[in-house]
Amino acid sequence: MSGPLVLPEALRDVEAVRSIRAPARLEYRFTAGEATSRFLRGIASKRILGERCPVCGKVMLPPRGSCPTDGVPTSEQVELADRGIVTSFCVVNVKFSGSAMELPYVCASVLPDGADMGLFGLVQEIPFDQIRMGMRVEAVWVDDDELQPNLASIKWWRPTGEPDAPYESYREHV
Amino acid sequence: MRDVAVVAFAQSHHVRREQRRNEVEMLMPVLHQVKTDVGLDQSQIDFTCSGSTDYLAGAAFSFVITLDGVGASPPISESHVEMDGAWALYEAWVKIQAGAADTALVYSYGKASPGSLRDVLSRQLDPYYLAPLWPDSVALAALQARACIEAGVTSVAEMAEIAARCRRSATANPFAQLQGSDDADVLLKEPEIASPLRRHDCPPIGDGVAAMILAAGDRARELADRPAWIRGIDHRIEAHALGVRDLASSQSTRLAGERAGVGGAPVDVAELHAPFTHQEALVRDALGLGDGVALNPSGGPLAANPIMAAGLIRIGEAAGRIRSGEAQRAVAHATSGPCLQQNLVCVLEGDE
Repeated sequence: MSGPLVLPEALRDVEAVRSIRAPARLEYRFTAGEATSRFLRGIASKRILGERCPVCGKVMLPPRGSCPTDGVPTSEQVELADRGIVTSFCVVNVKFSGSAMELPYVCASVLPDGADMGLFGLVQEIPFDQIRMGMRVEAVWVDDDELQPNLASIKWWRPTGEPDAPYESYREHV
Repeated sequence: MRDVAVVAFAQSHHVRREQRRNEVEMLMPVLHQVKTDVGLDQSQIDFTCSGSTDYLAGAAFSFVITLDGVGASPPISESHVEMDGAWALYEAWVKIQAGAADTALVYSYGKASPGSLRDVLSRQLDPYYLAPLWPDSVALAALQARACIEAGVTSVAEMAEIAARCRRSATANPFAQLQGSDDADVLLKEPEIASPLRRHDCPPIGDGVAAMILAAGDRARELADRPAWIRGIDHRIEAHALGVRDLASSQSTRLAGERAGVGGAPVDVAELHAPFTHQEALVRDALGLGDGVALNPSGGPLAANPIMAAGLIRIGEAAGRIRSGEAQRAVAHATSGPCLQQNLVCVLEGDE
């Protein structure tokens, strides 16, 4: 700017604006895509459907339509067990708005048997400080009349009581 | 300067609403097509660059997910611009000029249908004075159209002629979203939707993707029979605040055109990223394109305007005319932002 800024007479006594609030909201209609839609329909019928890469043979979960390693469409659907391994987890000690969960609780990445990628979920029915990597868990589904095409259909995962999986069996997924 | 050429280009069939496939599922076919056309796999491509905006999907870092369609392992050299794919091409061109790559994959995608595009685009305006007012993209274009008419750049009648010509040209473009048009005098009987714009003055909103392979020198000659050489490329920007701009001229386009060397020799064909009819007149004049130049033979953005991809598609279409032998020298223009805020100009030539 050249020269001092001179306000018009009418604005001389007006309080300077130091900040504004400008709320913005946009609404979206998400496109899940073909592969994720197949997965979500499976979830609504208590089936976990991964998809295999035709190049590397790995089973993607949840499938998004491509193998991120090879960049090709996944084609073959693979039905996976609704049990697997806790590959990593965290203890949540902070209350999130809208969450009814009692603190502390555990979020984990669970690798269903036969999958090469894990699903995120809650681990319950065991004290939080006994949850560990390698622990075997199974899905606890909502009642059949509450099943929906989203991951809320799995209420949580609970221990099966089987021996822990050896680290080598899931080290790629940590 | 190194010689750099477009050696492959592919685009999707642009549609109003792609409800079946997500972004990565839309992209994979065109990514695979350009690589197949030149016989390269991802490991033989030195640099990959994409252009898109997360505001279309409404998800932060959504562009990272589309990288899943590329085949990024073992790790690749990769970058992304939150801009039209034409600027991703510019980054790749710079990378090749710097000697850091001989081949590059450039792609971009615009899936506008999940949100309300006219509102989404208002989020790119300055956050204090304009964005809180939510001026939609058509309203801003209408302000510019009014300024252009008053300045004598164009007229409502010429704008209707531009719309009719572009959409008729698009009947020869199998990828276009809108094809064919009524005569201009019929179009002019329609009501205005944002004065002085009528529906025909506005681009269609749609979903679409595009991909391209660039290569340098002898590598380009190995990969393609008739590479489309990038002889000049430049991009310039106007002030962000619309209120300080002269909306009836496009100085940034003029400058970019001069730096890219548009006027150095006759131009056979020009693909102009002018989403609104009055903008074709504005860009045409800023680039000094005369009557002998075929403007937007693909139909241009008035026939298909997938946001963030439509600029790259202009370069792909212009390169296609050269690669087919139909044109010897072509100009491609890309824009980004409201009222032609940023402009890129690219001059392409075939071997004599």
